[in-house]
Amino acid sequence: MTRPRPGDWLIVLSGLVLVGGLWLRQMDSLEGRVIVRLDGKVAVDTSLRLNRQIEINGPLGMSRIEIRDGRVRIASDPSPRQLCVRQGWIPPGGVAICLPNRVSVENAAAGYDTLNY
Amino acid sequence: MQLELHASAEDRRVAALAAAAIGLTLAEAAIPLPLPGVKPGLANIVTLVVLYRYGWRMAAWVAGLRIVAGALALGQFLTPAFLLSLSGGVASLLLLALASRLPARWFGPVGLSLLAAFAHIGAQLLLVDTWLLPGTSILGLLPLFLSAAWITGLVNGFAAAHLLHTQESKP
Repeated sequence: MTRPRPGDWLIVLSGLVLVGGLWLRQMDSLEGRVIVRLDGKVAVDTSLRLNRQIEINGPLGMSRIEIRDGRVRIASDPSPRQLCVRQGWIPPGGVAICLPNRVSVENAAAGYDTLNY
Repeated sequence: MQLELHASAEDRRVAALAAAAIGLTLAEAAIPLPLPGVKPGLANIVTLVVLYRYGWRMAAWVAGLRIVAGALALGQFLTPAFLLSLSGGVASLLLLALASRLPARWFGPVGLSLLAAFAHIGAQLLLVDTWLLPGTSILGLLPLFLSAAWITGLVNGFAAAHLLHTQESKP
């Protein structure tokens, strides 16, 4: 009656594996995303964790998007007013839109939904 | 005219055990907890001990009485909280009915407690997903709730095993 039996440990362990697996899956989906759109259509969907430069050709020319240290900004853009470049680092959940080059960059930070709220 | 209720020895035993379970439920309600839905479920220790000592029928009686009377005492009767507690209780009892047929040489109270805890939270999340908050993704909370169930199930299982052990040595 007293010591846990082998089957018990089996249940304990499989429960732990199940829970651990779910956590890992969760972590994966909680990673921030950067979504770059051209003309409203998704052109690039990448992780916020990987430093990289994205170059995308809009009607006016090339927009350069920089992802560094978990942040994202538009480094350069041919649009005349440079609004999206001067916006700087895009906050989580924020979007920078370069017009008239028709490029938009979204910092799709994880969890802007009812659960994390 | 006089109405008399004859309580058999078994009735009294069910009442006493259910009272213990209700006491644990009430005590537990006083513990502040960070997240709604995560609680230790100490009353399930009583259910497990009863299951081992007196069989499944008694365990079902004790758990059922505890759920109804506990909800009445907390003012939750027929509220969503009550229905959640009921669904969890029913699911874990059904699973225990199956699990108690597992060979006792291999499976003891700890394993059964864990299985019951998972059935409990599983049924509750299912109810929340289909009825209380349809359309919301409960999936995101699954790891959190299952971790809590794993811990509480384990702790309650060991508590039940300990109680069964000490009760056995003292007749």
